[in-house]
Amino acid sequence: MSECGADFEIKDLCASVEGKPILKGVNLRVNRGETHALMGPNGSGKSTLASVIMGHPGYEVTGGQICFKGRNILDLETEERARLGIFLAFQYPVAIPGVTVAKFLKTAADAMRPGGAKVSSAAFLKELREYMAFLEMDPAFINRFLNDGFSGGEKKRMEILQMLALKPAFAVMDETDSGLDIDALKIVSKGINRLVGPDFGLLLITHYERMLRYIKPDHLHILMDGRIVHSGGPELVKRLEEKGYDWVRQEFGKEVLAE
Amino acid sequence: MSTPETPDVLKDEYKYGFYTDIEADSAPKGLNEDIIRFISRKKGEPDWMLEWRLKAYRGWLKKKEPRWAYLDYPPIDYQDICYYSAPKTGPAGEVDEELRKTFERLGIPLDERKRLEGVAVDAVFDSVSVATTHKDILAEKGILFCPISEAIREHPDLVRKYLGSVVPPADNFFAALNSAVFTDGSFCYIPKGVRCPIELSTYFRINARNTGQFERTLIVADEGSYVSYLEGCTAPLRDENQLHAAVVELIALDDAQIKYATVQNWYAGDKEGRGGIYNFVTKRGHCRGQRSRISWTQVEVGSAITWKYPGCVLEGEHSVGEFYSVALTNHRMQADTGTKMIHIGSHTRSTIVSKGISAGESVNSYRGLVQVLPDAVGCRNHSQCDSMLIGDKCKANTFPVVEAENGSAVIEHEATTSRISEDQLFYLKSRGITEEDAVSLVVNGFCKEVFKQLPLEFAVEAIRLLELKLDKSIG
Ligand SMILES: Nc1ncnc2c1ncn2[C@@H]1O[C@H](COP(=O)(O)OP(=O)(O)OP(=O)(O)O)[C@@H](O)[C@H]1O
Ligand SMILES: [Mg+2]
Repeated sequence: MSECGADFEIKDLCASVEGKPILKGVNLRVNRGETHALMGPNGSGKSTLASVIMGHPGYEVTGGQICFKGRNILDLETEERARLGIFLAFQYPVAIPGVTVAKFLKTAADAMRPGGAKVSSAAFLKELREYMAFLEMDPAFINRFLNDGFSGGEKKRMEILQMLALKPAFAVMDETDSGLDIDALKIVSKGINRLVGPDFGLLLITHYERMLRYIKPDHLHILMDGRIVHSGGPELVKRLEEKGYDWVRQEFGKEVLAE
Repeated sequence: MSTPETPDVLKDEYKYGFYTDIEADSAPKGLNEDIIRFISRKKGEPDWMLEWRLKAYRGWLKKKEPRWAYLDYPPIDYQDICYYSAPKTGPAGEVDEELRKTFERLGIPLDERKRLEGVAVDAVFDSVSVATTHKDILAEKGILFCPISEAIREHPDLVRKYLGSVVPPADNFFAALNSAVFTDGSFCYIPKGVRCPIELSTYFRINARNTGQFERTLIVADEGSYVSYLEGCTAPLRDENQLHAAVVELIALDDAQIKYATVQNWYAGDKEGRGGIYNFVTKRGHCRGQRSRISWTQVEVGSAITWKYPGCVLEGEHSVGEFYSVALTNHRMQADTGTKMIHIGSHTRSTIVSKGISAGESVNSYRGLVQVLPDAVGCRNHSQCDSMLIGDKCKANTFPVVEAENGSAVIEHEATTSRISEDQLFYLKSRGITEEDAVSLVVNGFCKEVFKQLPLEFAVEAIRLLELKLDKSIG
């Protein structure tokens, strides 16, 4: 196995679910300060990749490495990966009835520094209120139960709020743009851009160009049948919007189809 | 969706499992009329009380132990139990040093100088009450709060009027047994129009080996009065099972309100199901007066066997009964618990919120009865019974029974069963939260509606207790 560097890097990653291979050798490197977009047809394995990065117990890693901050993170528990600075904005955030947003986020913020000094509740709430204002969220959300009865768009905004509060060094956003209205998309993008900077790496999973207008990717990758079949610059997205995935399949999918 | 294995977070350690080495004055094992006479004499009781006990005992002899609950336990040998054990204490009015230390370890200071802010405590150790705090504040308002044995001697008229008026000795097997042999417990009377300014609390501790605990609590709220009452219980860790059969009677007259909360943490036995308390309890409130109100809140996290159905007899028109329950079972614990709401008066209302959490190989059953009598017009009930399963070796059952004999009744019942899902835990863990904290967040969230019924400081205690029961780090 090769050495791990400081930046986020996936090497030859293979993973299966219930014995069925989904990821079949994914290679991807996201350096600090870079934003990468990941696109691909439904069922190609994008969410699987996101889950495997975060260590979902339902997926079995059958080969490869995921490197971050100089180590292979595959042997770390999910919460340890989070504490290392990895964040996943879920495509389908789950509800936790009875647990308020404030309680949840305070628990998470404290958990991020095990053994460290706890954040004072007052200071934390103040910060949270500022982020909520920034994301144009009703302050009442702070006392609502996490994602319980939230609309699709509200859940997505909640993911961004969490990301702002937890300040990760690397984030995977799984279709955060899906289901957002035009105004919400702008606000959510503004939230993400607040973190984008020289020390932050971002992997943006999306189906549409529209979000990439607000968050400019440095690179774009196309995942197909569990492999990144083509990578390029941000201009690629135009071609995809116009022509769909057929040409990709024809040009780059041959080796996949040949197997 | 797949389910997680029972997480090791469910390994708990019972921190109240210590034993106090203290000299005790005990009755020989076994039950007969002489033992009852012995108890009555020890308590310095009047004749009428002894007669009441003997009658209950004779009734008990003709009764059969109920076995209809969803519980599995070996036969209980009632002759192998000691029915009276009293710690030998110093001069009258002083709490023995060892006893004082025991209660301090339990977080219950008996010292008047250190007493809990805003809570008057009656501490019961095995068969006797050892101390009652805050007597001054209560006396000022005319509130009676004392050991029931003292009340029998000092306030016989009140006791005779109300004792057994809600749970008669013949009510059931365990109530009959309790009536025959009850040793201590608390008595509380709130006079007309008085709002009790502090929480009243009784703390029960079983200490001696082979001793049963049979406490009796009687609370009477006179017209327009209010009282909030909390009961806590613990016992040492022992290999053998110990019997606890309590009776609690609440009486609310016109416009009176009683809130009764229990945090039951008797020793539950070890992981393999060895030892633990058998908890057979009859608790009933009687909303005797119009617009009276009784609410039961219970947090049941202990005992090997729990058989308990705190209910309300809603006789006064427009009276209200409430039942809020969290029952957590783990390892081999078995709980069969729920409530009975009997609507006798017109326009009576009841609310039931039951949250059962089963983990390990435990069995947790909700059993409820909502009954509306033919003459009761315009009654309402709302029941919400939720079960949560942790792991796949545990069981949850719900047995709700509705008998509405008046057509105007509006009865709503909702029930859900859920598992802590792998996706919920993954979501929380992805935010840096450990598995055990994630489980406890989800569980606490699930119980929220019940916890908010508890006085704040006890809600905090209940949450802490639940976390302890679900915490690996203490294993
Ligand atoms: N838990 C699971 N059990 C069974 N199959 C699964 C599971 N998770 C993913 N799969 C399968 O793996 C494949 C990839 O799914 P994945 O969710 O990763 O796709 P995706 O690229 O995110 O698609 P979309 O664009 O629709 O979100 C699909 O065929 C899916 O059915
Ligand atoms: Mg997806």
